[in-house]
Amino acid sequence: MKDFLRREIFFLRRPLNLMSRLLLLAAAGTLVAAAFLPLWKIHLVAPQYREGLALNIYSYQLIGGNGGQDLHEINTLNHYIGMKTLSEADFAEMKWMPFALGVFVILALRAAVIGRMASVIDLGVMFLYFTLFSLGNFYYRLHSYGHSLDPTAPMTIKPFTPVVIGSQKIANFIQTSLPQSGGYLLAFFLFLILAAGWNSRKEVP
Amino acid sequence: MKLHHYALPVTTALVALTGCNPPGGAGSASSGKAAANSAAARTWVAPGEMDKYYLFYSGGHSGQVYVAGIPSMRHISTIPVFAPYPATGYGYDDESKAMLGNFTWGDVHHPGLSKTGGVYDGKYLFVNDNANNRIARIDLRDFKTHQILGPIPNSSGNHGSSFVTDNTEYVLVASRFSVPLPKGRYADPKDYEKEFNGMVSGIKVDPQTGTMSVGWQILTPPFDWDLGSTGKGPSEGWAFWTSYNTEMAHETLEATSTQAEHDYAAVVNWKAAEAAIKAGQFTQMDGVPMIDPAKVPGVIYFLPVPKSPHGIDTDPSGRWIAAGGKLQPVASVFDFNKILAAIEKKDFESEFRGVPVIRFEAALEGLVPVGLGPLHTQFDGRGNAYTSLFIESVVAKWKLPPWTAEEKADLNKVVLDKIDVHYNIGHLVVGGSDTTKPYGDYLVAMNKLSKGRHISVGPSQPESSQLIDVTGDKMAMIYETFTEPEPHFAQIIRTDTIKAIEVYPKAENKHPHAVWDAKDTGVVRKGNQVEVKMIAIRSRFIPDRIDAREGDELIVHVTNVEQTTDMIHGFAIVEQDMNVVIDPGETKTIRLKLKKAGVFPFYCTNFCSALHQEMQGYLAVRPANEIASR
Repeated sequence: MKDFLRREIFFLRRPLNLMSRLLLLAAAGTLVAAAFLPLWKIHLVAPQYREGLALNIYSYQLIGGNGGQDLHEINTLNHYIGMKTLSEADFAEMKWMPFALGVFVILALRAAVIGRMASVIDLGVMFLYFTLFSLGNFYYRLHSYGHSLDPTAPMTIKPFTPVVIGSQKIANFIQTSLPQSGGYLLAFFLFLILAAGWNSRKEVP
Repeated sequence: MKLHHYALPVTTALVALTGCNPPGGAGSASSGKAAANSAAARTWVAPGEMDKYYLFYSGGHSGQVYVAGIPSMRHISTIPVFAPYPATGYGYDDESKAMLGNFTWGDVHHPGLSKTGGVYDGKYLFVNDNANNRIARIDLRDFKTHQILGPIPNSSGNHGSSFVTDNTEYVLVASRFSVPLPKGRYADPKDYEKEFNGMVSGIKVDPQTGTMSVGWQILTPPFDWDLGSTGKGPSEGWAFWTSYNTEMAHETLEATSTQAEHDYAAVVNWKAAEAAIKAGQFTQMDGVPMIDPAKVPGVIYFLPVPKSPHGIDTDPSGRWIAAGGKLQPVASVFDFNKILAAIEKKDFESEFRGVPVIRFEAALEGLVPVGLGPLHTQFDGRGNAYTSLFIESVVAKWKLPPWTAEEKADLNKVVLDKIDVHYNIGHLVVGGSDTTKPYGDYLVAMNKLSKGRHISVGPSQPESSQLIDVTGDKMAMIYETFTEPEPHFAQIIRTDTIKAIEVYPKAENKHPHAVWDAKDTGVVRKGNQVEVKMIAIRSRFIPDRIDAREGDELIVHVTNVEQTTDMIHGFAIVEQDMNVVIDPGETKTIRLKLKKAGVFPFYCTNFCSALHQEMQGYLAVRPANEIASR
């Protein structure tokens, strides 16, 4: 145990080599791009909506497909089952998420400059927490929209949770939810952090 | 024949079925041994698939335009133009009511597509009203009538239109029924020759907005101008009309107007007319600048054509002009170059009221013996002409000049093929025939009699339309369908040339009383006027209660706030003779005098959603005396 702790301290003190620092710079760039790209997309297809209705989720905005029209359409349809109107203003996440991404960009740059393994580990752990929290929050949002249905709505349906990733059938719709370019970039960010750490795992302090 | 790629599997299916004796005989001998090339395969547009061409039929005295697809020949929609049409709420709201004026019908004869550089640009379709002397513009962006011009001053019997110039500078019009001018003046029909006049009109089209206005007119003798076409290529800037009453008869025309061997066609230099107006060579009549051709030489010439002719069609090259003899079994083919040379050399046989009459032989290229009752001619762009033969019930295919010496010696040799149509064909159309680049694959024959061709529908009979494939040496009849009365001419255009919207974008709605949010709706009373701003959305009207008093004027501005294709709402008020249909993103205004007290339900007429039935409300009208007694 004593030996492990010594090795851990020794590891956290390892300096970052040039490659690792470049990887951290790339990671910062990746996150900047992710902040502007769609993270997730929910797509709804029904016989009379063959072309589908799309909801594009960004870190800072919620945009319907077809020039924004699909969001109106989804809300119009949802009113029949008493679902609360989906509105960007109701998503506090879209205010703090760009800020949080900015913090991670700064932390990635900081790690690149300071050049310590400890900073990389901090960054990776915090980002992993952020990602899991965001996914959990996303699930919670979907769950609460699907479970707080107005009982006086024209149609009564069993409360449901739209799927976070994958496809499922809801009434006459097939709902598909998948990460988009921004979402993939978030995953790639984590990969770059790991790569930065891995690359300097044998550097001598 | 180019086959649609989806035709093959379907045909295979048909072949497979033949063995089991399907109803309707889809696999019978008549569909041909080469099933892939059968008429059924060539016209089959599978469910979910689209047609290659639009077919815009004139609706004749229905006052409307019918839209069908080719090759399926399926009727797809009807565009109301000159008559109210409850199906789309046309003629009930302020705007369309104002366009219709005091007329409830029109007689649509000859649709003309707008052109740029001599080919269809897919922007507008112009149609004429033979009965009430009007001309309408349908915008092909939304397939709606946007303007009705007329009754055109000094023009009566708007049959000789809508002929569109190469760049849609003008839609040209000639009058069929001469009257004493200006209109409203009385003269005894016995004094027809002296007191009555015909007119050629240039309807100017604004290149930006498409708005039509009467540009100029040319006064003519009281011949009955019939049909025409515009020039192109060498004849660009010119237009041609036949007439059928050079005799200037005014009673029993059947006999009196058919005496002369020739009637005069009008050869009009519309660019010269335009220049004469610019030069101030006109007088005003009923607010329109009018040219007297006796005083302004060079705007119009007469050309003798045998005999009581009907159609006069310019070929895609612009050089050959074919006129249907109607009472003589020939198509007269004129060479525009010869016409120009005759005008140049003053090779005139006479003059009529100051208008030179071009010598017939000087302009003629030949008389093609097409058959009995030739009316209209269309062109495929490969040097072939197709003439409808009313009396013979046939379409004749013949070869345009230039002809060899041998052919010239016996013009029977240029008649290449004939196909029976059922029955008494009037107009025919080949896609793009009036442009410089015809599509040249399909011909639609529009027949006046359909008797015995369809399941019986009683004494009122539909018209028949037949689709003919003209890509081979021999014409091939491949489909037959029926329309309501009564298509005259039609236009065919490639589907991809038209860029139509399916929703009116919210940003484009300029209606001053449009509202988009429930909080902006409401009922406001001003004196005896009750004005409502309403929205229609799945599945409710907001507001869904309107209170008023007997004797009030009710105005409702209803906005369909949907932005989804096909999410169309209707707004009908029970027992008030009111039904408007509002497309997504559209606002319509209705106006009603509330003549009786009571409660009048209103509801959505155009099925919209699962709760369409529930989309209703009440117009509650208190009696006038109840208010007075309070």
